[in-house]
Amino acid sequence: MSFSIKKQGQVAVVDVEGQLIVGNRQELKQKVLDELEKGEKKFLIDFSQTGYIDSSGLGVLVSLSKKIREQGGELRLANLNDDLQTLFELTKLDTLFQISDTRERALESF
Amino acid sequence: MAAPHVAFDLEIPSDVEYIEGIVELARQRCRELNLPSATCSLNVPVALSEALSNAILRGNEAVGGKHVRVRAIVTDAALVFEIVDEGPGFDLDKCTADCTTDDNITKEEGRGLFLMRRLVDEVESFRDHGNVVRLTLRRE
Repeated sequence: MSFSIKKQGQVAVVDVEGQLIVGNRQELKQKVLDELEKGEKKFLIDFSQTGYIDSSGLGVLVSLSKKIREQGGELRLANLNDDLQTLFELTKLDTLFQISDTRERALESF
Repeated sequence: MAAPHVAFDLEIPSDVEYIEGIVELARQRCRELNLPSATCSLNVPVALSEALSNAILRGNEAVGGKHVRVRAIVTDAALVFEIVDEGPGFDLDKCTADCTTDDNITKEEGRGLFLMRRLVDEVESFRDHGNVVRLTLRRE
């Protein structure tokens, strides 16, 4: 499992490889907060290479979304597979986040 | 009817770093049992991950030196996981918070038990040589 952040235009794109769970959520949180501190405002998390997410991982996404909004920025999500879509629907987090089918559509939506 | 058999029975140190390995083992057993794809990739991984992290962080209060035992039992009718920690246990009936309400949806915590209840057919908690959380997935 790993997280990488690359700049695409004005957007910091985060790739989540593997699981986003209690054991690694802080790593993702810290990486995004570091970018936020450097002045990045637009964030996209791409889940195309993600296995599963547990409640801690979902919680970190909620927390990051709040912190980014507080700094005048935006967090959007892309490429949820069927399992992740189900998870977001069960928890109604699909109503809290702007979610795109593809990275390209998400980037265009900013 | 075949007798129940234990697919695995392991004791792990009370450390969240062990969760992913146990979940991967459970996924392999699910695939060997030809369970539906979503059961193998979503229901079991997330529900088991939640139960293990609850056992480690809440039951054992993240105290070093403690352990968590996890058993997977297969019967003709169901796949059962039992997660045993060294804590005092908790009353499931009092844990009914709904993380989807307007008040709760923006909170960072509070989705674990909610997800377990929605991803498996039954969640039970009882005392038996420790605090046991039992997750039951019926095999249709």
